[in-house]
Amino acid sequence: MAQSAISVDAHHEHQHDTFKLLGFWIFLVTDCIIFACLFAVYAVLRTHTDGDLTGRELFEVKGFTAETFILLASSFTSGLASLAMHKGSKKQLLGWLAVTVLLGLSFVGLEITEFANMASEGAKITTNGFLSSFFTLVGTHGLHVSFGLIWMIGVMVQIGRHDIDSLTKEKVTIVGLYWHFLDVVWIFIFTVVYLLGVM
Amino acid sequence: MGSHENHGSAKTYILGFLFSLLLTAIPLWLVIQHVMNKTALTVSILLIAVLQLIIQFFFFMHIREGEKPRFHVMALVLGAVMVFTIVAGSIWIMTFNSQVH
Repeated sequence: MAQSAISVDAHHEHQHDTFKLLGFWIFLVTDCIIFACLFAVYAVLRTHTDGDLTGRELFEVKGFTAETFILLASSFTSGLASLAMHKGSKKQLLGWLAVTVLLGLSFVGLEITEFANMASEGAKITTNGFLSSFFTLVGTHGLHVSFGLIWMIGVMVQIGRHDIDSLTKEKVTIVGLYWHFLDVVWIFIFTVVYLLGVM
Repeated sequence: MGSHENHGSAKTYILGFLFSLLLTAIPLWLVIQHVMNKTALTVSILLIAVLQLIIQFFFFMHIREGEKPRFHVMALVLGAVMVFTIVAGSIWIMTFNSQVH
């Protein structure tokens, strides 16, 4: 009797977790739609340079290549973090999350440097349609990454306090999904904005 | 092995990472070396980006995981339809604007 009650509880809890994860997937889909709108605007406005510098002159291959590889590596290390979590190793989990945060910070640092360099060359968000859409698209992604960093540090603090339990496990899984999703969005920024820009 | 217990292994993560590195290096090389004409190049790098997305979804985000029915996959398919409509529709309709050329 008691045993069956426990298994019913476990079943409910499990279903609850599944729904939470589904809710997060639905959030990711809606976030995808935001980025789709920004990509559409960029695709339409990328030729509207009003006689100013184009992407070919403004984008630096070294800079955006470094950003891309750093973000790819951080997506990998956040995967290793979730692997360590399922093995039950708190030390490894915190270690890989810390590496992910450091890679994320260097990505944001590079992006800020890139934006500052562009602004100093006179390429500001108010300059023309191309640059307005560029800064909005890439900046929105950068804000997502920055928010993800704060979130990930918060999750690390919680793991430090409560160890790996069902709640912290769920949080690591969700922040990991978010992080991989940002990597997917960046792949398209890398291809559509930078590669097509310097082509 | 229960389907919800499948969180991937070190091997799938490493394999996924190697694939994603390769799929970043190839388009970069193609663009820098200008090995094709512009249209072929554009199509190739966009296709490689889609491949890269598939790698992330399967190797890192484990979309095959979870109990059936997989509502998150349905949500993703719906999202893909909306993304396609917004992006392709905007580009298409704006080609009728004489200023966009």
